[in-house]
Amino acid sequence: MAEKIDLRKKVLSENDRLAAEIRQRLKSRDTVTFNLVSSPGSGKTSLLERTLKAMKDEVRMALIAGDVQTENDADRLVRAGGERVKPLVTGGSCHLDARMIANVLPEMNLTNVDILFIENVGNLVCPSGFDLGEDMKVVLISTTEGDDKPLKYPAMFRRSSVMVINKIDLLGTSEFSIDTVRRNALSINPDLTIFEVSCRTGEGLDEWFNWLRQRVPERADAAVLT
Amino acid sequence: MHELSIAQSILDTVLKEKHERGLPRVDQVAVQVGALSGVLPDSLQFCFEAIRIDTELQTCELTIETVPITVECRECYARTTVEDFLFVCPKCGSVHVDVVAGYELDISYLEVPDPVHDPADP
Ligand SMILES: [Zn+2]
Repeated sequence: MAEKIDLRKKVLSENDRLAAEIRQRLKSRDTVTFNLVSSPGSGKTSLLERTLKAMKDEVRMALIAGDVQTENDADRLVRAGGERVKPLVTGGSCHLDARMIANVLPEMNLTNVDILFIENVGNLVCPSGFDLGEDMKVVLISTTEGDDKPLKYPAMFRRSSVMVINKIDLLGTSEFSIDTVRRNALSINPDLTIFEVSCRTGEGLDEWFNWLRQRVPERADAAVLT
Repeated sequence: MHELSIAQSILDTVLKEKHERGLPRVDQVAVQVGALSGVLPDSLQFCFEAIRIDTELQTCELTIETVPITVECRECYARTTVEDFLFVCPKCGSVHVDVVAGYELDISYLEVPDPVHDPADP
């Protein structure tokens, strides 16, 4: 004989509880948070470098740079003018989780930060289930990948709010079609906001910057940049 | 291979429940894995079996129930199960659908030996 005990517990309930706490904490500081996800080599670090360089005099940005082994990405971002860059080496883990974020936040200066970027570990599967307390997930894809990526990783594209297509300067050198990737992505998630950019030439980045500016929360204290 | 950390979370949760409820043994843990959870059932099974060794749960079986994607249409309110990640309402063709099932990663129940065992009862 056996007895069943109903549990109905989320496997990641502890992660979700911490993520909710983080979200609350960042919201109360009027900080908007983006969780950047992509395959390796799509250009997350390049996009962040460009963004930090272009907007550092008008928007206060902080960044958590997740990496499996090294702090190379974080170093690049500091050189790009990021003043509040925190490397987060996962030591082999294929994704960031809310516990890692909760651990590094107290070590960061988040006073009057408008935007916090979290650069997740490069892979489109594992990070999809882990809420980090972000406001939105931004998924990056580049024209050197397959334009069927959204169909192969539907969970990630369904859970993201924004898709950035990078390396449009390389269009025509492969079979990649912008129309196809757009159609595939929108069939998974019709609410996606899409940008087409080249972090090498700078094409299309202004639209991304403008969109980011519009996401910056109004500050109650209307503090001046310091 | 985030299935390893998911398997660890399941194992930790079951161990906690076992101690809190004073269960002598847990024979089975049932987990619902949604098609959109990003978790591969085979991989999860493999990881769970690998880490239960040398724990109090070394005889505990993991049962995985996969949950298909169910969408609810914002136009006609039809609730349907979709296959192949087609986020389209099959009734009216609208793409404005909300996912109402498919993200699950839940422990649904534990199976434990019956506490009231009467030897006179066959
Ligand atoms: Zn419909």
